[in-house]
Amino acid sequence: MITLNDYLLVSGLLFSIGFAGVMLRRNIIVIFMCLELMLAAANLSLVAFSRFNLVDGLPNYNGQMLVFFIITVAAAEVAVGLAIIVALYRRKQTTHVDDINSMKF
Amino acid sequence: MRELFSKKSSLLGLHVDLILLTSRIFFHMSSVLFWIFAVTMLIFGSLVVVLKNPVSSAMSLVVSFIALAAIFIMLDAFFIGIIQVLVYAGAVMVLFLFIIMLLNLREEKGRKFNIPAFVGGLGVTAFFVFFLVKLLSGFEAGKAPMPALGVENMNDAEMIGRTLFTNFTLPFQIVGVLILVATVGVVILSKRELK
Amino acid sequence: MIAWIILLAPLVSAAIILLVTGKSRSISAMISVAAVAVAFVASCILFGQAETEPMMIAWATAGAFSIEIGLLVDPLSKVMLLVVTLIGLLVHLYSLGYMKEDDGKSRYFASLSLFMFSMLGIVLADNFLMMFIFWELVGVSSYLLIGHWFSREAAAQASKKAFIVNRIGDFGFLLGILLVWTLTGALGFGAAAAALGESGASAGMLTAAALLIFCGAVGKSAQFPLHVWLPDAMEGPTPVSALIHAATMVAAGVYMLVRASFLIEASPDAQDVIAIIGAVTALGAALIATQQNDIKRILAYSTLSQLGLMVLAVGALSANAAMFHLITHAFFKALLFLGAGSVIVGMHHEQDIWKMGGLKNKMPLTFMTFLVGTLALTGMPYLSGFFSKDLILVAAFAKDPVYFWVAATASLLTAFYMFRLFVVAFMGKPRSQAAKTAHESPKIMTLPLVLLAIPSLALGWDFVIAPFYKVAHPEIPTLVIGSAIGAFSLGTAIAFLLYRGRDKDPVLIPALANKFYVDEIYDGVVKRLNDGLATVLAFFDRWVLDGVVVKGSSAVTWGFGYVLRFLQVGNLQAYSFIFGLGVVGVLYFVIFRHP
Repeated sequence: MITLNDYLLVSGLLFSIGFAGVMLRRNIIVIFMCLELMLAAANLSLVAFSRFNLVDGLPNYNGQMLVFFIITVAAAEVAVGLAIIVALYRRKQTTHVDDINSMKF
Repeated sequence: MRELFSKKSSLLGLHVDLILLTSRIFFHMSSVLFWIFAVTMLIFGSLVVVLKNPVSSAMSLVVSFIALAAIFIMLDAFFIGIIQVLVYAGAVMVLFLFIIMLLNLREEKGRKFNIPAFVGGLGVTAFFVFFLVKLLSGFEAGKAPMPALGVENMNDAEMIGRTLFTNFTLPFQIVGVLILVATVGVVILSKRELK
Repeated sequence: MIAWIILLAPLVSAAIILLVTGKSRSISAMISVAAVAVAFVASCILFGQAETEPMMIAWATAGAFSIEIGLLVDPLSKVMLLVVTLIGLLVHLYSLGYMKEDDGKSRYFASLSLFMFSMLGIVLADNFLMMFIFWELVGVSSYLLIGHWFSREAAAQASKKAFIVNRIGDFGFLLGILLVWTLTGALGFGAAAAALGESGASAGMLTAAALLIFCGAVGKSAQFPLHVWLPDAMEGPTPVSALIHAATMVAAGVYMLVRASFLIEASPDAQDVIAIIGAVTALGAALIATQQNDIKRILAYSTLSQLGLMVLAVGALSANAAMFHLITHAFFKALLFLGAGSVIVGMHHEQDIWKMGGLKNKMPLTFMTFLVGTLALTGMPYLSGFFSKDLILVAAFAKDPVYFWVAATASLLTAFYMFRLFVVAFMGKPRSQAAKTAHESPKIMTLPLVLLAIPSLALGWDFVIAPFYKVAHPEIPTLVIGSAIGAFSLGTAIAFLLYRGRDKDPVLIPALANKFYVDEIYDGVVKRLNDGLATVLAFFDRWVLDGVVVKGSSAVTWGFGYVLRFLQVGNLQAYSFIFGLGVVGVLYFVIFRHP
């Protein structure tokens, strides 16, 4: 049988993959995708918790509400983030994070 | 009220019913299916990181999200599963692809491979996984099998809607404002000349 | 009701001028004149009416304590209203001529209206608090008026000086009001007077209250040692000097003392102090006046001296004499100031009397009216000043002969310096080009002079003053009346003998010419004190506040920032790596180090 730990493990692994991607990749759009991956991993553990902690025989919908909001916010974030990337690209002609390093001492 | 709702079976309701039916079948072989989906998700997730071409990464991400949606459905979170497909795999990823095309990004050209960064990143990730496994091995409550649902006919979308419009009305409104703000922000950011 | 009209008409005028008609100067002037005319007519009507219950308005309420504003209409305030509005009206008219070409005409008339409002508020106030509010308003408007030509350094300094010196007195006044309130639990004049008898306050407390209240009068009525502002206030336009610094504002102090005389009556010690200060002021100012050369300054010191006499009368418990002299003085001193203004205009803004001379023929109308004013002030028998001054002398004589002799000497000096001014300025030959080409002022300026000359002449006669103000008729000792006439004759004679036909001052007494060095002493003391304090504070500011607190904190912040900025490598992945390390660290402590 599948247990909650299995879901959490898969979720954690997905999160780790996303995190590794953020640290290793240089293309800002791919980094952004990896961020989405991490959000999705968080969603997975939320839904798993929701399903494994029944309330009156039904999943705990509070958890799913959180997922709902995360997805909504993530959608807004993607829109704004991609707009920023486009603006950045117009200015610097690059999406490579090593070239975007003007905010330092 | 609930009967009224289910009788008024909209297209979405019909859809949910259909998925409900299939989920019953899945349930018995869920063990196998879960691992299939989980492994798919992780492999394609890894491909997002590994593949050089951003378009390939995006496509891998789509597959990964679809597998994730399947896992959601196995967890009886039909509504979440569906919007995962619709919003993420659909809208968001299309946006990503659109931007990639717009900026005409190619494969990353032969950049210098930064070995310390690579080792550091993988090290941190490894630590993270190590802690995860260590933590989960000690999490006894998580070792129980999945409890059966207490109701025969679960109307997922209805329950989400009820919760959303009763307990979460204020956050819902706030999210509405947030999306408006995001829309305005995107419009301003997309202008060529910022004034 | 009509009392409110009197009070509010000038306020409305000031508001209209400030808000609406500021741009058009002549309309502003007309509005202001109209407002004071309305106030004057209303005062006349009010005078004819029987006494009415004051209209009270609860202004502020806090628990059981409530402050009411109400207008007190009694014979005292009625006659004072007449004086203030009549002189105010004449000064307004005179200003039409005097300020004709002034750029700040609108501002001037707005300030004048504001001043009228405040002054009428003082006259009508029925409690200490309301009086104090208007008292301060008078201070503000006098500041505005003295500093009307604020681009002139001297005027700006004088207005500041007047305001600050007044504030010193007002501070005591405020404390006095609070003390009276503490003692009696009442702020209204009537209520406080009634409650004072039953309050059982100790003599010391009563003296303190009376003297603190007197502090306010010392400031406003320019008594020694706070007299220094009044002569400097002559930097303002001359009509202002006439209105404020002769007839009304400085009279406010005496008026207030008369209102609060119940308090002074309760404390013999306070009476002595008040009488002494009045006597010192009267004599000192008269002495200084004998050696001044600026026509307005002579009049200013004369005002000080006369106010000193009034205060002396208050201290001698003769509020009646003080009020009588206040009223007569208001008219002839306003006349003198306006006459001086006329001379100044005629002399093309020359104020030094030694540059005048022979104005008798050039400015006949001014000469005549000025003579009337001088005679009235110096106490020529059967002119208004004679009667009122006599009453003060009687009161002083009754208190202690010493006060009487001081007052008599002051009268003698008054006659001396006024005729010195008169002889030097109007008689003899012109001493400068300006004096040769002097001309009579326009009618709008001479008309108020004539109008003021009439009461200056006649106000002392019993059948003239009786309908307006009930003057007591004590028995006048022969010594008093004899010395009054003697002082007048002697002073006049000396002045004529000494100054007739002279081209420069034959007598030079530096101490008097320099006003007993009071300003210099204040300067020295205040400066020393200021410098010492400032040095200490500057040290504190420079080294403790600036050095340690400001620069220290900025240096610490800067230092941390300098160190921390090396973490800002500018590379996204480096940040995420550090972030990841942090998360791993937190996880480590949460999971494995959890107790």
